[in-house]
Amino acid sequence: MPFKRYVEIGRVALVNYGKDYGKLVVIVDVVDQNRALVDAPDMVRSQMNFKRLTLTDIKIDINRVPKKKTLIDAMEKADVKNKWENSSWGRKLIVQKRRALLNDFGRFKLMLAKIKKAGIVRQELAKLKKETAA
Amino acid sequence: MAAKRKTPIKTRNPDLIRGVGKYSRSKMYHKRGLWAIKAKNGGVFPRHDPQPKAPSAAEKPPKFYPADDVKKPLLNKRKPKPTKLRASITPGTVLILLAGRFMGKRVVFLKQLTSGLLLVTGPFKINGVPLRRVNQSYVIATSTKIDISGVNADKFDDKYFTKEGVKKKKKNEGEFFEAEKEDKKKLPEDKKEDQKVVDASLLKSIEGVPDLKAYLAARFSLKSGMKPHELVF
Repeated sequence: MPFKRYVEIGRVALVNYGKDYGKLVVIVDVVDQNRALVDAPDMVRSQMNFKRLTLTDIKIDINRVPKKKTLIDAMEKADVKNKWENSSWGRKLIVQKRRALLNDFGRFKLMLAKIKKAGIVRQELAKLKKETAA
Repeated sequence: MAAKRKTPIKTRNPDLIRGVGKYSRSKMYHKRGLWAIKAKNGGVFPRHDPQPKAPSAAEKPPKFYPADDVKKPLLNKRKPKPTKLRASITPGTVLILLAGRFMGKRVVFLKQLTSGLLLVTGPFKINGVPLRRVNQSYVIATSTKIDISGVNADKFDDKYFTKEGVKKKKKNEGEFFEAEKEDKKKLPEDKKEDQKVVDASLLKSIEGVPDLKAYLAARFSLKSGMKPHELVF
């Protein structure tokens, strides 16, 4: 199975360790075998070990180490934010964040909703089973 | 004792740093006006003879000397402060009880009593918890609040909840077996009425919120994967 996501200039990655945990950053340069220069619209450009990054499918079109303004414009052009929020990975993260902030009443209502949904699914399944059996 | 001044006196000699005043001894002499007092009194500082003391009653020798020297305990003037109520607990908050017969029940907070305990009610019809006192330490406060404006909890205080004095019964052998069958104490009717009155207005506000009634009826428990230090209540 060949690799599909490469470390390259313009690759969008998710930070998975450290102070900037959970942020989307763009690789703007490679320092050496282990580290990349990384930049995002709301942070100071800094180096990060590749082990702290998880590559995503999203790539933007930039030159090596662009100015901040150029970077922001390129991200807008590639529509990184919407692509991320609509991807299944991005949507899962958003749901995780929302669930972490639920209070006790919220968790209770979530449980009721899950039970209701499962009941409806089971009903439809039973109907389908009856049709194929008949 | 001289008469007290209306405002406490401020020193005329401010500190430059701790231990070092701004003015020297001679300057302070002048500032305090000791020269004026002396001038009024003809060059000498006025001196008053000691006031005659009122005659004190003659002390009689004590009638009784105790055999051993017993130390008197030190005087304790400490006044305990009223228990501080956590900021997250306000009237109408839903609390989760953590210990006791109603462990895990979600319950509505009414007010804090003078003893520091929290007055709490189920409501009784929803989860079987009556008007009850509960300690703040055995409670988790959730962020869910209920409108409690229709409830009048003024008549409930610590005296309402104390047990009546149990009469001691003498037991001899024959009565021992009969005494075991003591009938259970019945709850007086007026306490049941109080419960109904308090719960009536609460039930109306509870039914206004969808799912709240089922929420209060259910017990809280930790499920697999729930980390209490990460949960938001």
